[in-house]
Amino acid sequence: MKLDSMYQEIILDHYRNPLHRGLRDPFDAEVHHVNPTCGDEVTLRVKVTGGVVEDVSYESEGCSISQASASVMSDLVIGKKIDEALELEREFLALMQSRGTAEGDEDRLEDAVAFAGVSKYPARVKCALLSWMAWKDATAKAVDPASAAAATPAAAAPAALDVPEQEKP
Amino acid sequence: MTLAEPRAAGAAAPVLGFDVEQVRKDFPILARTVHDDLPLVYLDSAATSQKPYAVLDAERAYYELHNANVHRGIHVLAEEATALYEATRDKVAAFIGATDRREVVFTKNSTEALNLVAYAMSNAETTGPEADRFRIGPGDEIVVTEMEHHSNLVPWQMLARRTGATLRWIGLTDDGRLNLDNLDAVITDRCKVVSMVHQSNILGTINPVERIVARARQVGALTVLDGSQSVPHFPVDVAELGVDFLAFTGHKMCAPTGVGILWGRLELLEVMPPFLGGGEMIEIVTMEGSTYAPPPHRFEAGTPMISQVVGLGAAVDYLIGLGMPAIAAHEHAVTAYALDALATVPGLRIIGPPTPVDRGGAISFVLTDDDGRGIHPHDVGQILDERGIAVRVGHHCARPVCLRFNVPATTRASFHLYTTTGEVDALVEGLHGVRRFFSR
Repeated sequence: MKLDSMYQEIILDHYRNPLHRGLRDPFDAEVHHVNPTCGDEVTLRVKVTGGVVEDVSYESEGCSISQASASVMSDLVIGKKIDEALELEREFLALMQSRGTAEGDEDRLEDAVAFAGVSKYPARVKCALLSWMAWKDATAKAVDPASAAAATPAAAAPAALDVPEQEKP
Repeated sequence: MTLAEPRAAGAAAPVLGFDVEQVRKDFPILARTVHDDLPLVYLDSAATSQKPYAVLDAERAYYELHNANVHRGIHVLAEEATALYEATRDKVAAFIGATDRREVVFTKNSTEALNLVAYAMSNAETTGPEADRFRIGPGDEIVVTEMEHHSNLVPWQMLARRTGATLRWIGLTDDGRLNLDNLDAVITDRCKVVSMVHQSNILGTINPVERIVARARQVGALTVLDGSQSVPHFPVDVAELGVDFLAFTGHKMCAPTGVGILWGRLELLEVMPPFLGGGEMIEIVTMEGSTYAPPPHRFEAGTPMISQVVGLGAAVDYLIGLGMPAIAAHEHAVTAYALDALATVPGLRIIGPPTPVDRGGAISFVLTDDDGRGIHPHDVGQILDERGIAVRVGHHCARPVCLRFNVPATTRASFHLYTTTGEVDALVEGLHGVRRFFSR
């Protein structure tokens, strides 16, 4: 069944048993991001120490893709240097914008490569990106509290969402 | 598939004189397949309806034979185009029981029709005493309901912000109906306008317009009705309803996108300030200022959506041909059948009236898996799509309703004159499949 390419078992596992979930103290920045078209919401906190992502915690509501993505993302970036984590975010974004043509580097993206199939479904790409954009926004605020980061889903997603519906394989 | 319980007597009885299989042949898109040869099961008509050949042919013929700008040429094509455009005004007026064709204003969609009234009200500030009925300011109140589509909520929030007026609303009961217990306390002497939805796009509820209009009249408030989900589905008569304005849209009633309708009582339109300025809405223009055309043209600035209006005329003819009472009876039967059938799906909760009384064919619901965990509507919609079943998921541009019922979103199946009980069966079977997928 074609859907299995989107609903990978790994995604369903993260959806059923999400990692790092729950809002924790201490934190340096907290953001709330929404996906207005489908009602997905995430509140996400970041704690940064010495250029390293020390903790990411979140409460979220949404579909299996957005829930699983928050779990995978937080597990991937916690403990990484900020620059490294931002590089992973760029790689994940590129994967999500690949319209099903990329597989992703499993050595670097780990469980996040399971979302490669989601990139074939334009309406779902923003679900997978929601928590990543929230994390990027929160991290920017944590590093430089004065910066009003432009890392919103709306700013990051259009390129991915321009995929014509007919191009669904 | 089999459904355990026998239906209530007559619930799915075919409507006399209405052959849905024959009707479906008028809609070419219903014959297409999706995802490798699966038949299309289109249950998203509340978002937009499909279009019959008659409408497609009318638009094509307009461009092939009559295309010209309207109201401004003296050549043959311009006269033909104008005649076709204005003929739709007559058809629409008759369709909704308007007494005067000048009461029908063409807009882009329902949203623009509603904004037109809201902006006319704030424009009354800079208009003469003839527009007193529309003037609104601090201390005045605007009343809507908690089940409005955002298009009948946000324009009034914006009007309140522009003018300093206060927005109030009629709340909902747990089964998705308006709570009219404190109606007199919500609509008071301070109320200048009451704007409400006729049939909710998310709950399916058909509201008791007469009762609310009676109260609004008592306090001298204007009344606006959002008929986007009612006019396409059952007979709507503006004289019977007693409202001052009715907004609806072509694309939900088998017409093309891009054309909506604002109907307003002539004596009000005659003194209502314009919203958009430009060509065609004027009388005399100098560099210093302008006077405005009488209605309806005062509210139709610029070149209108001519081919879409022509298509709307064909759609109205098509609906009248089938008969609005027959369409309403067919959809009522399908809705009753669907409410019964959905009740057999474990873990499914309908958000909205659970019975087909005073409710239309837009049915929202939430679903849980075998362990009672919620399955997000986005996932429900995705798996139904894989079976060729098109539903809408999300908050349906009515987020306050989701907040009221404490759900992040719903799945909505919505019907139209071409929907069959077989398609409802496919939906029910699909929902069992969704539960299996997420309970594995």
